[in-house]
Amino acid sequence: MTAQPGQRPDVVVCPGGPILIRGDHVVEDAEGEMHETTRPVSAVCRCGYTSTAPWCDGTHKVAKN
Amino acid sequence: MRLPKPRGCLSSAVLEWMTAPEDDGRHLREIAAEHPDDEQLTLWALYSLSERGLLGVPDELEWSLPLLEVRGRLETAFEERLRQRWHEAAVEDDSDSGIADRIFGYVESLDGPSIAAHVHREATVEQVLQLLRWRSLYHLREADPTTWVIPRLDVATKAAVVELQYDEYGAGDPARLHSNLFALGMDACGLDPSPGAYVDEAPAELLELNNAMSLFGLHRRLRGAALGHLAAFESTSSLPSRRMAQGLERLGFPPEIVHYYEEHIEADAVHEQLAARDICGGLLEDAPELTEDVMFGVFSCTDLEARFAQRALTEWEVS
Repeated sequence: MTAQPGQRPDVVVCPGGPILIRGDHVVEDAEGEMHETTRPVSAVCRCGYTSTAPWCDGTHKVAKN
Repeated sequence: MRLPKPRGCLSSAVLEWMTAPEDDGRHLREIAAEHPDDEQLTLWALYSLSERGLLGVPDELEWSLPLLEVRGRLETAFEERLRQRWHEAAVEDDSDSGIADRIFGYVESLDGPSIAAHVHREATVEQVLQLLRWRSLYHLREADPTTWVIPRLDVATKAAVVELQYDEYGAGDPARLHSNLFALGMDACGLDPSPGAYVDEAPAELLELNNAMSLFGLHRRLRGAALGHLAAFESTSSLPSRRMAQGLERLGFPPEIVHYYEEHIEADAVHEQLAARDICGGLLEDAPELTEDVMFGVFSCTDLEARFAQRALTEWEVS
């Protein structure tokens, strides 16, 4: 099976989870502070309960209960 | 790696022959493992020949027929046991859901013993040092068993696994390689960061946990189980890593080892999404017939960890 250019998204909204962003970005958090991505793919928190804002720490899995 | 101490007739005979292969090694086929410790240590030593090697064992023995014969025999029995546990667990076949939802749903439904919860609030310094020595068996080869799977995958899944592995391997920076972060942490704690240094302390449950990853990784036939295992591993890491980091800080452990766990809070929050969605999802798009094997890998990962956790907590007399 082949893959065509442009088929892989740079930003992915994970249902019930974070937003994944590929590549180098600067993310502004809710307090206006800037955070540079440090890894090939980063996960930005969407549930608001993370302890490592703006990055996801998996807390959405327990926060929804 | 240095040779482990034998634990029974089979490991004695195999380790002895490995270091002095003076006859044709046929006698090895007649020797049965005495007990799970003997079986799993033998398998661990045989797998080591395909990774870092063992001191005093000639490199060419990786492909020696008498050793491969023993390995094949032990692997058959081990895989049968893992599949037996999987069938006995009778995990609900929720095949209407996508694979990512099935994996996340299954992992979230588990309520087994947790080493991280114990470390978070209760564990002593000695217990954590013992845990680090035990965990070093895997963390010093972290991500390696998954790398075996890469050449066996189709385009999109192959790229997805490499994307995850690139982060595991420090995105090209050796200092950030996850296994190196653990080695730095061990060194800061006064522990020996040489791979396999503490294998003689490893209970059978821990050897099983390590050997299952080698078994899944080294057999193309088991690529579904290998990637299911990966997804379950990543999906059960972020939250426990935070508890581990907080527990280590509570006990005053060095920042290097705390950093190892902190790194996994964020990294594995990414990896669990990649592994369940792009990797297992991609694999099953190419090969839907592997669905059962993916879930077998998911189950085996969490079941082996639960068995090891039970063993550790029992040794520490935690109720």
